[in-house]
Amino acid sequence: MRQIVLKAENLRLRFGGVVAADGASLTAHAGERIAIIGPNGAGKTTFVNICTGYLKPQSGAVIFEGKDITQLAPRTIARGGIGRSFQLPQLFLDNTVFENLLLALSAREGTWRPWMRLDRHPKADEMRDMLEVIGLSSVGDRPVRELPEGMRKLIDIALALALKPRLVFMDEPTSGVSSREKFSIMDTLVRALDHSATTAIFVEHDMDVVSRYADRVAVWTGGKIALEGTPEHVLNDPDVRKNVIGV
Amino acid sequence: MSLDIILLAMLDGLSYGAQVFLVAVGLSLIFGVLRIVNVAHGSFYAIGAYVAASLGIWIATAGWSPWLSYPAMLVAAILVGVIVGGLLEATLLRRIYGKEQVLQLLVTFAVFMILEDVQKVTWGVKPYFVNTPLSLLGTVNVLGINYSVYQLAVIPLVALCVLLGLRFILRYTRIGRIVTAVTEDREASMAMGVDSSRVYLFTFMAGAGLGQIEGAAVAALMIGLGRSIAVYLAPEFDVLMPYLIMFVVLLFKPQGLFSTLQTRKV
Amino acid sequence: MRFDLLFGAIAFCAVAGVPFFIPWATVMLTIALGVGLAVLGVVVLLRAGQISFGHGLYYAAGAYTVAFLVQARLGLDTLLLLPAGALVATVIAVAFGFFAVRYRDIFFAMINLAVSMVAFSLLEKLYSITGGGDGLNVARPTLAGLKLGRVSFEFWMFYTTLAIVVVVALVVGRYLASPLGKGLEAIKSNETRLEYLGVSSARILHIAYGVSACLAGLGGGVIAIVTGHVAPEFAYWVRSGEFVFIAILGGAGNVVGAFAGSIVYEIVRNYAAAFAADYWQTILGVSLIAIIMFAPQGLTQMRFGKKRGGA
Ligand SMILES: Nc1ncnc2c1ncn2[C@@H]1O[C@H](COP(=O)(O)OP(=O)(O)OP(=O)(O)O)[C@@H](O)[C@H]1O
Ligand SMILES: [Mg+2]
Repeated sequence: MRQIVLKAENLRLRFGGVVAADGASLTAHAGERIAIIGPNGAGKTTFVNICTGYLKPQSGAVIFEGKDITQLAPRTIARGGIGRSFQLPQLFLDNTVFENLLLALSAREGTWRPWMRLDRHPKADEMRDMLEVIGLSSVGDRPVRELPEGMRKLIDIALALALKPRLVFMDEPTSGVSSREKFSIMDTLVRALDHSATTAIFVEHDMDVVSRYADRVAVWTGGKIALEGTPEHVLNDPDVRKNVIGV
Repeated sequence: MSLDIILLAMLDGLSYGAQVFLVAVGLSLIFGVLRIVNVAHGSFYAIGAYVAASLGIWIATAGWSPWLSYPAMLVAAILVGVIVGGLLEATLLRRIYGKEQVLQLLVTFAVFMILEDVQKVTWGVKPYFVNTPLSLLGTVNVLGINYSVYQLAVIPLVALCVLLGLRFILRYTRIGRIVTAVTEDREASMAMGVDSSRVYLFTFMAGAGLGQIEGAAVAALMIGLGRSIAVYLAPEFDVLMPYLIMFVVLLFKPQGLFSTLQTRKV
Repeated sequence: MRFDLLFGAIAFCAVAGVPFFIPWATVMLTIALGVGLAVLGVVVLLRAGQISFGHGLYYAAGAYTVAFLVQARLGLDTLLLLPAGALVATVIAVAFGFFAVRYRDIFFAMINLAVSMVAFSLLEKLYSITGGGDGLNVARPTLAGLKLGRVSFEFWMFYTTLAIVVVVALVVGRYLASPLGKGLEAIKSNETRLEYLGVSSARILHIAYGVSACLAGLGGGVIAIVTGHVAPEFAYWVRSGEFVFIAILGGAGNVVGAFAGSIVYEIVRNYAAAFAADYWQTILGVSLIAIIMFAPQGLTQMRFGKKRGGA
């Protein structure tokens, strides 16, 4: 058995009357790609938020590489090796695309030198390559504010990967991306993940993407995992087809 | 410190706290609904006082009953609220609701500067003395201390009426509930068909507090008592006290005395 | 950046010639540059979208430090007094910063206001130490070891200040272009993401807070020496508001703009004091509103039709 990277145990969290997590558990092994699917409002984003420290569960624990990170701040968790992208991209809108990546680079390297221009960062080329890989070199010097949603989504993921995390959460990586481009984007992404042996957990609504790129699928309903297994197994389950995929 | 002095300090504190409350409650209502800290609020207060004083002097020179000076004060308050507050909201603030908080703060700072000039040009720089409302009601003896009825009873009573009145309006009247809804969730209330721009105008003209009225009341009392105790114990620090209290309140309850924190939704 | 350097160079030449062509304006200009330093402090915080309505505190800290040191008759030179003022302001800011950087927006503005007003009251009330409301006089110190007469002191103090301003502008410009400075912009646009990059936004802001107080303290020191007087008003909230006003006037977040703004401000103020004393604040208020509504990029940007802040 491969090494366990993340273990979420019995997470519970309710917002007033809404139960967002109701005894949710999930285990991820090194190098695995897990897709989380489920209807709107099932608690998928909440799960990601709990695992990355944005929300604290009312009970349960998140164990990352054997360490309990449940009560840690997002900042500490990020430094510890977990990256994430967001359902709504969270970017530095007034800065250029390149600057966004360079800030991530500085964060990773801890290079906060007041006399060094950000754009002359000694490892800036690494970020240039990354821009190249995600196909955004041509807009590198444009403020993010001016770019369309699809591009922002990509930059948001690139920021997470720039940290070289050992585990990355992606909240709907292909939403807002045109269906023509989604496979090429996912191909690139998966290549990058494989290259760095990064474990990935991603929330996804697009079943084509799920069946093509996930090693394992977890179906989220009512704040917990209703079914878990290989894509063929899960996506052919009659209940899932009816309630989640809607066919 | 003798008992007398403690008592005197309490009475002073009560009276001063009530005055602070009357100003603070407006600030807090405006902030509650508009999310704007109205730096010019002190000017509203000063202009209200000048208008009331002018009306009082006018009543005296016209030879009318001095009792009229009480309704005159109410008239002054309404005039200032409707004219200054209403104009300001309709001409200026309405245009900046969408802007950064920082810019909104600066706009009210600009208004503060302008109103200061208006005040100086209209009423000059020498103080106005109108003590009719004070002397008419005489003094009252509290455990051996003579105290002006106006300061001890009228101001705190008015403050109490405002406190209870506002609570009632906000909880039980239509407009009050709309104001509360706007404070709690602007986008949702717009979606529900509340004309929020009208609510803003209403709030601004009423120029009085909300949601955190209780917070304003407690803070005002703290400031009142703190300051009057300082007056008797360490007179040189009386002006310092309110800022110190403001600092302490911000330190422990930055969003106001009675509220909870909100974070970005991701 | 190139634009700012060019504009800065032209502005520098124009300003540097003033003592020769318009000698009477020398002191006025020195004051403008001193205030400009404090404004630059506000500009640094504006990069993070934060305004302080209490930077008068650090301005006063610099000024009173200089005043106390001069009164102590240690014979300290101007070139030592100024860094001393800046240092004291920085130390206070770093200490208070542990609280202040936890706040944002209006609360940040207000907690700064509260603290500066506490300082203001203390300066006014502790008569035996601070001279109370009258403030303190600051006898003319030596400049680079030289005892100068009034006119030549003013002349050389101007060039000293100008030199400080140039160095400071370059250093701060570099700082703002560094990861730490860009981090400030990140705080303004998305603190959540910054935290998710593993960065403590509080620390980035804390550093900026110290830098900005250092600048305000330096400016206060210059003013204390040039005007020969310090007063509690230095810490008054309206003074802090003026700094913010000038920062916006010059183009929020722009290094050269901080000084351009304060020169324009100082000139207008001098004329207004003479010809329209009653309407001075109205002029300020109306122009502030006009800038916010119609030219949010400020003076320097408006003139050249440039879209984004550089430096
Ligand atoms: N901070 C919050 N406060 C109150 N309720 C919340 C909060 N965050 C989420 N919720 C509620 O919890 C439930 C789960 O939300 P969550 O965003 O996790 O769903 P999701 O599965 O990601 O849905 P979607 O597919 O639409 O993104 C929803 O009903 C949502 O309204
Ligand atoms: Mg979601």
